[in-house]
Amino acid sequence: MSLSAYIPIVGLLALGAAFALFSVSIAPIVGPRRYNRAKLDAYECGIEPSPQPVGGGRFPVKFYLTAMLFIVFDIEIIFLYPWAVSFNKLALFGFVEMVLFIATVFVAYAYVWRRGGLDWD
Amino acid sequence: MSPVLALVPLAEESVPAETFQLPQIDYAALAPMLILFGVACVGILVEAAFRRFPRARIQLPLALLGALAALVVVIMTAGKRTITAGGAITIDGPALFLQGSILVLGIVALLLIGERTLERGGAFVAQAAVTANTEADRSQAATSEGASEVFPLSMFALGGMMLFSTANDLLTMFVALEVFSLPLYLLCALARRRRLLSQEAALKYFLLGSFASAFFLFGVAMIYGFAGRVDFSGIDQAVVGSAASPLLLYIGLALLVIGLLFKAAAVPFHVWTPDVYQGAPTPITALMAACTKVAAFGGLLRVLYVAFGRSQWDFQPVIGTVAVLTMIVGAVLAVTQTDIKRLLAYSSIANAGYLLIGVVALNKEGLSSSLFYLVAYGFTVLAAFGVVTLVRDADGEATHLSRWAGLGRRSPLLAGVFTFILLAFAGIPLTSGFTAKFGVFAAGVEGGQTWLVIAGVVSSAILAFPYLRVVVLMWLSEPSESTPAVSIPGALTSAALMIGTVATLVLGVVPTVLLPIATRAAEFIR
Repeated sequence: MSLSAYIPIVGLLALGAAFALFSVSIAPIVGPRRYNRAKLDAYECGIEPSPQPVGGGRFPVKFYLTAMLFIVFDIEIIFLYPWAVSFNKLALFGFVEMVLFIATVFVAYAYVWRRGGLDWD
Repeated sequence: MSPVLALVPLAEESVPAETFQLPQIDYAALAPMLILFGVACVGILVEAAFRRFPRARIQLPLALLGALAALVVVIMTAGKRTITAGGAITIDGPALFLQGSILVLGIVALLLIGERTLERGGAFVAQAAVTANTEADRSQAATSEGASEVFPLSMFALGGMMLFSTANDLLTMFVALEVFSLPLYLLCALARRRRLLSQEAALKYFLLGSFASAFFLFGVAMIYGFAGRVDFSGIDQAVVGSAASPLLLYIGLALLVIGLLFKAAAVPFHVWTPDVYQGAPTPITALMAACTKVAAFGGLLRVLYVAFGRSQWDFQPVIGTVAVLTMIVGAVLAVTQTDIKRLLAYSSIANAGYLLIGVVALNKEGLSSSLFYLVAYGFTVLAAFGVVTLVRDADGEATHLSRWAGLGRRSPLLAGVFTFILLAFAGIPLTSGFTAKFGVFAAGVEGGQTWLVIAGVVSSAILAFPYLRVVVLMWLSEPSESTPAVSIPGALTSAALMIGTVATLVLGVVPTVLLPIATRAAEFIR
């Protein structure tokens, strides 16, 4: 396979990097500097970050559990989607395997739930 | 969407969906692993459904029954030769032998893990997240029932090890590596006493283990670049006939082997071993020393024999050097140890070196003698750590060697058993240590690796010194004030000790009970 097929991608990469560098470096030089509180807010999406705990930078370990569960179910979706697309071809075999897969994920969920991992306090 | 991207041609060979075929799955061949994973899942549901008190009573019988059922299935499928699950799993002689060994050794380790009479609540902490050395930590060490999650975690680890030694391609192997490593990282952190040491052990094992996994994965990527495939027979064909640069093969094989040698605890990838073996709860140390060793060497044997056997001139000198380093460094550093668990850790490193002789021999004798060695060493090391759990005082196990002085006067039976085990480690005739070492050394000579055998004999002589020092300490020293009374072992520890010691004796006196099985099993399929 010839590598020349990738040259446009490299070109785009260089173009994008140049544009980003140019925009960031030109803005402080030519742009006006007027203070406005709204400019420092989270842009378009996201919530205001909660204040850091006293002592700096440590989060309750509960966040970690939520994040882990999120990742587990996120990955489950990654596998569910292609299965759903080719459901007809995979037929009963695919269905049984997928039920088993979901069951194993829910074993972990049941454990976390019953052992109080989802209680925030 | 940028128009530039549209210029990139689509993949030339996109497989039409109609040609999709379901993989052939031989469920009977996979049953032992499915049973272990199923029992582990049931174990987690038990954790979810029951209160603290009945949990521990349910978990041990459940785990033992699961492992026994899996063992029965392995024995029933003996002689089967097949590649199944879409080419991901090989069931052949070595695979079944390794699976059986992992299960038998795992059952003995489960007995040690399940022991609850030595210490109130068992050897494990109730809540590992409680900050060490606080009031809450001291009170839970004194009174709380230990975490019963150790049983499902051990089952997942055992299942992963079985998958590791039967994997037929590098990606399945990597998944199995993670499946058995992650539970072990957790289990290391669960010691009831000396919480900080235990947490340090788990963190070290986790960080270094992650590095090793990354090395392994990079190796897989390089090998894929070389061969265009990740299954072992495909790599085997590419080693002979590929036009690709062998540089990729060398880099890939080196990285891959680093990942495997890390789990096998070979020098220079051994530095985690003493710390982890010392900090982990002793039953878990026993599990790692016996079963992880079987799995790691099972994987190493399969990769080197099946996938890369035909480029042996490239890697034999390198692995040989690693073997010599492992034997010598393990033996020399064992001499200087003052903690019995660290001493056994260095002894385990040296034993990895002897096993590597069998691996490097790259012949049928090498394979069969390595298989025999793994089982023989596993039983002995389980018994050794079983004894370590018994020598204890009010603060838990007394692992400093000075505390073992005069133990022979206080409890001659236990000291006698431990002496026998140490003699087996030293390779005295009529113990399994002798027959096992003799096997790998003979295979080494057969395979033209006499220099390794010389290094092996020299390091055995060095290694005999620390063992005999412990024997002398136990029998010829006066018991001091600080020599602890030995706990009366519960039924489970007694059983584990008995199995380990008797197996060490039987495999030494009549090795023919296992040798023919190992010889018959010693044939990989591609």
